Amino acid sequence: MAVDSSQSLAKAAGAQGARGRGPRTGKTPGRLRRSLSTHWYAWAMVAPVVAVIGVIIGYPLVRGLYLSTTDANEANVERTIGVNHIPATYKSVGLDNYTAVLSDGIFWDRLTWTIIWTVSCVAISFTLGLVLANMLNRKLAGRSLYRMALILPWAVPAFVSVFTWRLLFNEKNGILNKILAGGGIDAIPWLNDPTWAKLSVITVNVWLGVPFMLVAMLGGLQSIPGELYEAAEMDGANAWQRFRHITLPGLRTVSSTVILISGIWTFNMFPVIFLLTRGGPGDATEILVTYAYRLSFVVSPRDFAGSAAWGVIILLLLSLFAVVYRRALRKQGEVW
Amino acid sequence: MTTVTNPETQAKAPSSSRPKKVRERGERGPLASVALHVGLLVASATAVLPPLWLLITSFKPTSEAFSTDLVKDFTFRNYDHVVNDTEFLSWLGNSLFVVGLTTVIGVFISATTGYAVSRFKFPGMRPLMWLLLITQMFPVAVLIVPLYNLLASLGLLNQPVGLVVTYLTIAVPFCAWMMKGYFDTIPVEIDEAGRVDGLNPFGTFWRLIVPLAKPGLAVTGFYSFITGWAEVAYASAFMTGEENLTLAGGLQTFVNQYTSDWGSLTASAVIVAVPAAVIFGFVQRHLVSGLTAGATKS
Repeated sequence: MAVDSSQSLAKAAGAQGARGRGPRTGKTPGRLRRSLSTHWYAWAMVAPVVAVIGVIIGYPLVRGLYLSTTDANEANVERTIGVNHIPATYKSVGLDNYTAVLSDGIFWDRLTWTIIWTVSCVAISFTLGLVLANMLNRKLAGRSLYRMALILPWAVPAFVSVFTWRLLFNEKNGILNKILAGGGIDAIPWLNDPTWAKLSVITVNVWLGVPFMLVAMLGGLQSIPGELYEAAEMDGANAWQRFRHITLPGLRTVSSTVILISGIWTFNMFPVIFLLTRGGPGDATEILVTYAYRLSFVVSPRDFAGSAAWGVIILLLLSLFAVVYRRALRKQGEVW
Repeated sequence: MTTVTNPETQAKAPSSSRPKKVRERGERGPLASVALHVGLLVASATAVLPPLWLLITSFKPTSEAFSTDLVKDFTFRNYDHVVNDTEFLSWLGNSLFVVGLTTVIGVFISATTGYAVSRFKFPGMRPLMWLLLITQMFPVAVLIVPLYNLLASLGLLNQPVGLVVTYLTIAVPFCAWMMKGYFDTIPVEIDEAGRVDGLNPFGTFWRLIVPLAKPGLAVTGFYSFITGWAEVAYASAFMTGEENLTLAGGLQTFVNQYTSDWGSLTASAVIVAVPAAVIFGFVQRHLVSGLTAGATKS
């Protein structure tokens, strides 16, 4: 249904576009006027959003780029203390911040951990979501009950869930360690040991991320026509073959989108790390985003320039990821 | 039809019809059913237990917060304490104000863009689509420092309005993208009918499409509400002073390196989570179709 409408839509839009693009050979003023009269309402409609993005995202972004080439910190930016207005005294340092960041071992440590974190979170929650969606996508007693229960982690605001997990992970008194103690196992320092803390933050993020995957996969599964399975069964395909050759290809579009989206979300997942461990112990669980935050709001003096440089690098990494991912999909014949 | 004579199928046929009764399509053996239910039960329990434990803990006296008993000393004291003796209500008010205003403004100015991108092909459309996609993946880290300096110079730090401006950077690209997905599902024939009857594009949008897209507008609004409701980074950085905090920041004050008032934390967390979860329950069905449709059809 949705596909049908989008196709007819694309056709309609294409026709309109062709009309608009037609007189390309005409003289410039005429062309401009004609395209203005064809498109003025479209432009008028997008104007508010373009204005908002330009002002409240564009300006800070440009400003951030500029700050990243200066030595701005808490002590030399423009500020007002009481009635005294102190003008900014920071100066341009070119690309020094970037070379400093890139030649610093901390950046590469954080990057490695961020990649491990993103890949493992996305891979685990995608797999779990896929498996659970397949289990749910059939006639089953209590199906909607299971569905509601499984979606619950998404429904609860993330920061509330993170506090809950801190309660569970509490080393001395948390329920997890009490259960372990009941089984005669020593308490595990869930959030206080670098390795355990890494496992814990991944666990929490997977717990938070599975429902999204599950719902997306269920939607994808329901759009695969049942006839395909019937035909395959007629041809003697067993369950695994049906899954491998019908379900997986049928889910390609939706899973590629979902993996892209959740990859970006996880890469930037601030609340889980910040509220669960504050990046600790030490900086063991600090991902790039939380580290940049720490630079500008936690350490003293606040290093605005350094933080901005980190931010720009993060943005470049993400854009690179999105472009490469899209390329890879397009090479395999995926169009979106 | 030809499959019946296919030798391969015939070779497989006996093995699958060996049980006394031939199973119908989609029917499971009892063993498979049990495995299925056990798997789903374990998964559901994992999903439900942490929030459930939060709920249980909120009814325990603070001193008993970590006891493993289910309900020994059932009490509403935590709720009473949170509502009457802390700044919780002003955090709630701040959050409602900031997030509500953001949602209304965001959805309002994004709807026309979603419509234009969904229906018209115009110069600058592709860059705009990319812009909307890319701004959605802006990490907090790029914008937070310039926004902080900007708000500081405008005197908007610690002001709810400052946070509204900040949250618009999150809400607008997202809402526009979601709205495009919804408008894509409304047949373009409706627009054409309106145009034939003499409506201009704005009239078509306002009189025909907006009424039809009301569910979509609502879902987009709710989702951006929930997103803002749970935002932590900007809120922690821009708001200081106990009465200015939003919920995400305020709850952090209950449990930090100095205090651990788990009773208040759990009670307020429950108050925060229940309405969000209920709203979420209503909109989640439309949510993912919106997210993925918006992303797949560009």
